[in-house]
Amino acid sequence: MTLSLVFVLIPILLSKTLNLGLEKDTVIAVVRSTIQLLAVGFILHFVFNSKNYIYIILMIILMIVAATHNARKKGTSIQGITWKLVVTFIFIEILTQGILLGLQIVPPTAQYIIPISGMMIGNSMVLGILFLNRFTAELKNHQDQTELILSLGGTPKQAVHNQLVSAIKASTIPTIESQKTMGLVQLPGMMSGQIIAGADPVQAVQFQLLVLFLLLTTAVVTAILLGFLSYPTLFNERMQFLKERIQSE
Amino acid sequence: MFICSQITFIINSIHDKLSIWKGGRTLEAAIRFEHVNYSINHLHILKNLSGIFPKGKITTLVGPSGAGKSTVFRLCNGLRSANTGKIFIHGKLITDYHPVDLRRNVGLALQSAPMIDGTVLENLQLPLQLQGKKLPESEAKHLLQLVGLDNSFLHHHANDLSGGQRQKVSIARTLVNRPKILLLDEITSALDRVSQQDIENLILRINEKFGTTILWITHNLQQALDVGDYTWVMMNGELVESGKTSLLESPTDDRVREFVKGDGTN
Repeated sequence: MTLSLVFVLIPILLSKTLNLGLEKDTVIAVVRSTIQLLAVGFILHFVFNSKNYIYIILMIILMIVAATHNARKKGTSIQGITWKLVVTFIFIEILTQGILLGLQIVPPTAQYIIPISGMMIGNSMVLGILFLNRFTAELKNHQDQTELILSLGGTPKQAVHNQLVSAIKASTIPTIESQKTMGLVQLPGMMSGQIIAGADPVQAVQFQLLVLFLLLTTAVVTAILLGFLSYPTLFNERMQFLKERIQSE
Repeated sequence: MFICSQITFIINSIHDKLSIWKGGRTLEAAIRFEHVNYSINHLHILKNLSGIFPKGKITTLVGPSGAGKSTVFRLCNGLRSANTGKIFIHGKLITDYHPVDLRRNVGLALQSAPMIDGTVLENLQLPLQLQGKKLPESEAKHLLQLVGLDNSFLHHHANDLSGGQRQKVSIARTLVNRPKILLLDEITSALDRVSQQDIENLILRINEKFGTTILWITHNLQQALDVGDYTWVMMNGELVESGKTSLLESPTDDRVREFVKGDGTN
């Protein structure tokens, strides 16, 4: 463990030599990640040993709150987005865990539920940020199209249909594309970790595939759900486009 | 409740039929504004606006930039709502219309002539596609002929068209809904003289053939005189003068006189 600090010294020395000014940020990143991961390790150790579902639920609530806060903080947004993000993350959690536990794909223990929830909610958060940034940019850039369709007697849904589709595609494409090259270009971290820890590679691949398919579902469902929860906010009852409800950072 | 709204509708219809323009002629109003105010971001854009747009006639709206002319159109088409005051369309309060029905009846064509990404045919099919219907290709060709474009344009990509051609397609697309009122927002300002003339003739033809009420925003006072039956002169969100378009030749208001002297560009 102490020897791994060598990998911290390399960027610091390079930064110092080449005057890149990255030393301070590197040290902060190392200290923060060490403290955070150690804390999570101790918390997980406690939760796994306690075998109490209340702690599992508390951990998931904490993840959802943190993911919502982070997604809300990043980039452009839409008025009232907070509860829409919360609903999306809760839905993703219920959907994925519902399938996994309902079909008995994984056992209902903290060792499975918490890491998988973390991956799904984390992925959903990144997707949410990507989707919102793209959707608001599309709306701003194609405001004339939105008003054209409304002025011809289209409904709000028809008016933002192209922008919604474009944002859903743009935000889910990275997930889909990265899965196409999986195993060829990169070995997923979780699978690599399992193999290093001594697990059977075939079993590690099977579990990784399950996670990849879950991530795919999470990506598509997050973008679609967030889209359909968001667009009605941009219109009033007279079907008027309220561009002021798109907020900048 | 229903009886009350019917009585209000009948009273407004009678009122619109008896709306009297300056000059003593009785005109039926297609659109009537009553003490309309509109503000956005603490900016007072329309100030206590009252007046009528006569049915079946061409009314031009002139005035300096920022006078509130385009806002009048957005209110008529229902893209915006007045903060206070009332707007009647064919005697019926604008808020009593379903927004979709209102917008199909009050067509809007913009200077920018925005096109959806696709062919001319796809753009012409858009209004009916929004209703889940399909515009037959023969009908699309007929519309193109009406606006003076050759049928060969039907399968051209809309973004490859010139400004004048785009404007003609935009007008044809607005006509698909067969609107009873047509709002034209500076549709010729970016066009050369020949294209301007084409569009002017087209609008006169539409007005004559279908009896469509036309409202036309223009910065070109000669155009207002050439095509308009009636004119609204707006300044700073107020209706300064209105009546027969000939008012532009002998305005009574000093501000309008000054504006006309500057050829409508100040």
